[in-house]
Amino acid sequence: MKGESIDGVVLRMDDGDDVATALEDLSAGRELTVDGDTITLAEDVPFGHKVALRSVEAGAEIHKYGEVIGAASRPIEPGEWVHTHNCESTRGRGDKAAAEGSA
Amino acid sequence: MGETFSGFRRTDGRIGVRNHVAIIPTSVSVSSIASKVADEAGEWARATPHQMGTSQPDRTREQTRRTLAGIGRNPNVGGALVVELGTEDIDAEGLADDIARVDTPVSTLTVREVGGTRAALDEGVSLATALYDEAKEARREEADVSELVFGVECGGSDATSGIAANPAVGHACDRLVEAGGTASFSETPEFIGAEHTLAERCTDEETRRRLLDRVDQRESQAELMGVDLRGAQPTPGNKEGGLTTIEEKSLGAIVKGGTTPVEGMVDYAERLPTGAGLVLMDTPGYDVESVVGKVAGGAQVVAFTTGRGSTTGNPIAPVIKVTGNPKTWEKMSSNIDVNASTVVDGRPISEAGDRVYETLVAVANGRRTAAEQRRLEEFAINEIQPNELASAEVDV
Repeated sequence: MKGESIDGVVLRMDDGDDVATALEDLSAGRELTVDGDTITLAEDVPFGHKVALRSVEAGAEIHKYGEVIGAASRPIEPGEWVHTHNCESTRGRGDKAAAEGSA
Repeated sequence: MGETFSGFRRTDGRIGVRNHVAIIPTSVSVSSIASKVADEAGEWARATPHQMGTSQPDRTREQTRRTLAGIGRNPNVGGALVVELGTEDIDAEGLADDIARVDTPVSTLTVREVGGTRAALDEGVSLATALYDEAKEARREEADVSELVFGVECGGSDATSGIAANPAVGHACDRLVEAGGTASFSETPEFIGAEHTLAERCTDEETRRRLLDRVDQRESQAELMGVDLRGAQPTPGNKEGGLTTIEEKSLGAIVKGGTTPVEGMVDYAERLPTGAGLVLMDTPGYDVESVVGKVAGGAQVVAFTTGRGSTTGNPIAPVIKVTGNPKTWEKMSSNIDVNASTVVDGRPISEAGDRVYETLVAVANGRRTAAEQRRLEEFAINEIQPNELASAEVDV
């Protein structure tokens, strides 16, 4: 498998990634050892979904595969589930272009 | 000669992995008749029913015609019957001539001239049978794997697509390219956010420019219309599967083409050269239309990865289904050919990739895929949308 397995339950695709992918359904309270530190899952993270490995400021880029997959729409803490509620695309945003155009 | 398979050598030298008679309607008006002709004629007949071909603007009609001609010229087609009502903008005789340019035997049937649908069915079955009587004389002979054009597609993606199934298929593409063959992937909207990594791999400036332009066009269509791509990309199903943004989906999607240099980029349904390495095709993200584009481009075999489970096939080219999701493999193994979920369990990507490659060669040799066994044969042609036509006019 490409990437690095953390405790056998999440997969970090690249060293610099902010998130890792759950390889099974994970429950809130589960602890993960990330680079020597312990982080605790703040909520349930379903199979295939992402968990934050470090804190990310609102507006900052989020990385997976060593590449940008979006930006934080609000501050994210380690152990949080990362999905559409706190991470948004930076591309194909016709809605933003339209809002800027009318401003 | 390197690794070989046995296929049907056509008179102009091309090699097919199937020996179908294609029943090709020029328009939606005769799509049902084409399907009925294929059903009545025999297991060797394959219809390509579609919704296009009448009252289309010039550019859209040209794309429909190019797709139908490409389908008729696919080397898996040993004979083609072009069916028209007789009032279409696409002329059956002209289309038949285009198909015959590669020496494929072709007949035409005009429903308005033969005396109604029952007579058209009888005549269609008789013409198709005559084509098959000729086609069935073909025997499989040895061919080099470098003669394969391998189309790769993903649909119903989830987080396992980028981790397991796509890299496994990418490994198979790398092996085929190394052996001298052609691999092609497409779905331009799913290059958004990953195009910079693809652009770096382009072997020439023209390909790099074309790739970036096409991505720009797809993205600016969303911007022009004030639409947020997020409603449709990732799809609601992708999101359930853990994909959050188009960038994340794209970065996982492009892995299915492997790691070799990008040698070129062709238009929807344009011919994919043989022995050409990795070539991109500009197609929409809708998987059935995208597969048809590559088959019209000459792909003899397609691999289709799915995390969430997809059953789709194609009438002309066998479609190999690959999943990286252990739950999907468990629930839908009767629709899946290769289990790549072993990667999620920690097994090497190369191991699953070798299984994909071995399946590709076995399917080229005649092994039927899960979709073929169940006769799952979706067919749809991409229609150029009004906003795309408008942006083309602005370009001029």
